[in-house]
Amino acid sequence: MRRAALCAAIAMLIALELAACGGDANSSRTGAAGASPARTKARGELILATTTSTQDSGLLDVLIPMFQAETGYTVKTVAVGSGQAIAQASRGDADVVLVHSPDAEKKMVAAGAGIERTLVMHNDFIIVGPKDDPAHVRDAQTTDDAMKAIAGAKSKFISRGDDSGTNALELKLWKAVNIDPAGQGWYEETGQGMGATLQVANQKDGYTISDRATYLAQRKNLDLQILHEGDPALLNVYHVIVVNPEEHPNINIAGARAFKDWIVRADIQQTIAEFGVKDYGEPLFFADAGKPEPVP
Amino acid sequence: MDLVWEALKDGVRLLAHNDEDVYSITIRSLYVSGVATVISLVLGIGAGAVLAFRRFPGRLAVLTLVNTGMGFPPVVIGLVVAILLWRSGPLGELHWIYTTRAMIIAQAVIATPVITGFTAASLASLDPRLRLQVYALGASRLQMLWLLLQEVRLPLLAALMAGFGAAISEVGASVMVGGNIAGQTRVLTGAILLEQSRGNFGPALALGIILLALMISVNALFTWVQIGVRDRQRAEASPGRAPDAATMTSAGALLRR
Amino acid sequence: MSAKLSARDVVVRRGARAVLDLPALDVESGETLAIIGPNGAGKTTLLLQLALLERPAEGEVLYDGAPARGRELALRRRMAVVFQQPLLLDRTVRKNVETGMSLRRIGGGERRRRAEAWLARFDVAHLADRRPLALSGGEAQRVSLARAFALEPEVLLLDEPFSALDAPTRAGLIEDLAAALADTRTTTVLVTHDHDEAARLGDRVGVLIGGRIRQIGRPADVFGEPADAEVAAFVGVETIVPAEVIARGDGMLTLSAAGHQLEAVSAVTAARALVCLRPEDVSLSAPGERISGSARNKLPARVTRITLTGADARVELDCGFRLVARITRRSFEDLGLREGAETVASFKATAVHLIPVGVSARAETH
Repeated sequence: MRRAALCAAIAMLIALELAACGGDANSSRTGAAGASPARTKARGELILATTTSTQDSGLLDVLIPMFQAETGYTVKTVAVGSGQAIAQASRGDADVVLVHSPDAEKKMVAAGAGIERTLVMHNDFIIVGPKDDPAHVRDAQTTDDAMKAIAGAKSKFISRGDDSGTNALELKLWKAVNIDPAGQGWYEETGQGMGATLQVANQKDGYTISDRATYLAQRKNLDLQILHEGDPALLNVYHVIVVNPEEHPNINIAGARAFKDWIVRADIQQTIAEFGVKDYGEPLFFADAGKPEPVP
Repeated sequence: MDLVWEALKDGVRLLAHNDEDVYSITIRSLYVSGVATVISLVLGIGAGAVLAFRRFPGRLAVLTLVNTGMGFPPVVIGLVVAILLWRSGPLGELHWIYTTRAMIIAQAVIATPVITGFTAASLASLDPRLRLQVYALGASRLQMLWLLLQEVRLPLLAALMAGFGAAISEVGASVMVGGNIAGQTRVLTGAILLEQSRGNFGPALALGIILLALMISVNALFTWVQIGVRDRQRAEASPGRAPDAATMTSAGALLRR
Repeated sequence: MSAKLSARDVVVRRGARAVLDLPALDVESGETLAIIGPNGAGKTTLLLQLALLERPAEGEVLYDGAPARGRELALRRRMAVVFQQPLLLDRTVRKNVETGMSLRRIGGGERRRRAEAWLARFDVAHLADRRPLALSGGEAQRVSLARAFALEPEVLLLDEPFSALDAPTRAGLIEDLAAALADTRTTTVLVTHDHDEAARLGDRVGVLIGGRIRQIGRPADVFGEPADAEVAAFVGVETIVPAEVIARGDGMLTLSAAGHQLEAVSAVTAARALVCLRPEDVSLSAPGERISGSARNKLPARVTRITLTGADARVELDCGFRLVARITRRSFEDLGLREGAETVASFKATAVHLIPVGVSARAETH
């Protein structure tokens, strides 16, 4: 009985390995067995470090399978905050980044860690909050006024606090009105992605700054309303950056460049422009490749 | 409660549409945690036997380490493994980061102390003379180990269940070293986390129920084997005759408690 | 040399203490050597050394005259050990008996045949499909014996195999073991604290006290003629009195002890000796009664203590020195003895065993 059970267990594990390989969308022996060193030298794998906003919006769930199917690369999409994505890439632990934190990106390029920074798309940030709007953000004319109103009313504000592009912009807005919210009772930091942060704000009836895409994707689950939008200061611009092969010779430079060239291609840009229209009634992103840099 | 029920129905429906994904995620969870458990079984039994039978300097320290390891925060283990496997890390050349292999490693590191601790404790609880008797029968060291492990097969099964449970319910380390990448390294726990962070409670709950169902099935299988062993032992004992203490093997003594 | 198993200069230490010190010990091929001794004397340690289950700090064990070191596993597969506890594995009785054989690569058919035969021999064949949980102590120990004999070992070692069993079970098993040993003529080392067992089963008896063999020889010699006071006390000689030899002649000695003159048949040449008497050899009679028989030693004595056991009465007396007698309950009642009563103790000259004073710690007789 014992021996039979042992054989059955081993047989099951072997069956699982085969099933795990077969069940994946990609080519054989990718998911289940994991990458072997030899393969990454070939067409192989590409580590794309990007932000949680991009992933939570669902755009990558559309783009990445298209890229993989067309080029044969296996893309390992790691969604972390922009800050971490850039840090990871600077260590050589990623091949290409797709982020939306302009100041940090410029620092990365200046430091020589990234090259060929290319504009991909933009959307905007919005200030969302509870329906009853205790701080009267709805009435603010400018973003500066809106931030001052929230601080003045000491209304609950939920920050991502995670070094992401969204967080970087939020901190920039506070700085612009000379307010330091850190440590104040009404200011809370989740340390998590946009989706999770919207949840928290929703549960606690607080204000937060979100990118439009993530908000729209989650709107059905939220009671939060859009209270302020449209200010140029709230532009959210995405760039793709290739990791510098001179700093990190063992990155997949061919794959990184392939991704960069692909995502700015006209037909892909069209896909980006159309994303979300069917489900949410409006596009989540605006395709910008080839256009002049938007003024932040 | 209504909300939960609605969310659940939504979730099941949504998941049913992507049933290809859910199926492969579930299989992958089983595969990763299954292999990790087997690895930790091999390592854990060996280490447990050494701990139980050999006196060496620092044995107490190792025992403390093992007991600590059982409750060690998995996310810290994940961090350490990630740092080792990153391209910028010492083992970067292996390109194992963000693969299921890395997840298997992390889960094996998490489960091994559990199995080691169980094995050491149950082997140490055997009558010390039993080991001598087995040697006297003519066993080599390996044969002795094999025979004594059979003596503690019931606690070992419990260890197996504990180890597998620890591996498959773990999320922090698995996401950190695996990257939670769709179609490649996403397992049930990571998928639940993702759906939750997107606000999709329905699918998150549904996935949670699938994970629970998986764990219950696996444990039911092991428990069935365990009970089967014990029942056979009882059936072969003669009714109405009380055994006296001198005849008890320790496995039997365990059962009688 | 014909010794099957030998120890030479074996010293075993626990910490700094030497718990076993054997300059030389031989177990002859085909004999049963019984080792007796008080608790903590090192009997089990000795057995584990001979069974090659432990290694000595110094010295070596020889098997068929050649050192055992380096080939312990191969040699263990030619021996068998039975411990005080049955130590059966959690599997059927039949599988237990077969386990040792499969470890020794004995084929399936032969295994089954031997298992059947020996289980039947020890009257436990009907339990072949039971598990250890279901067995009584005696039954389990029988299985352990069957398991050992089924291996057809060249050497059989038993460590107090019956001390955990009740008296009737023990008696039955001793007889069955004796019969099996007689049939197979296996070289056997039996460690026991039961003197009767040792006398019944042993061709020779070795007395182990404080980690050293004090005396080794035939049972009659060891129990009747202990080599020194400690051995004497251990083997049940309860009367030990220092005495001076005052006359010699015709193979008889006259000694003086506490004012009495004692006569002993002995060839001891020393001037002083210990007079040793087994309690069974001392008779009691009422003062003034005419004593029949050839007891040459008659001493008036006063009863100091009485211990009644099942069939006997053990009577401690004071006759100037401490004297212990063991008489039947019937005699005891007939004499109507009480503490403080006066009586006459008598014993034959041949019952007296003399240990010369100044003898060395170990003696090997015959």
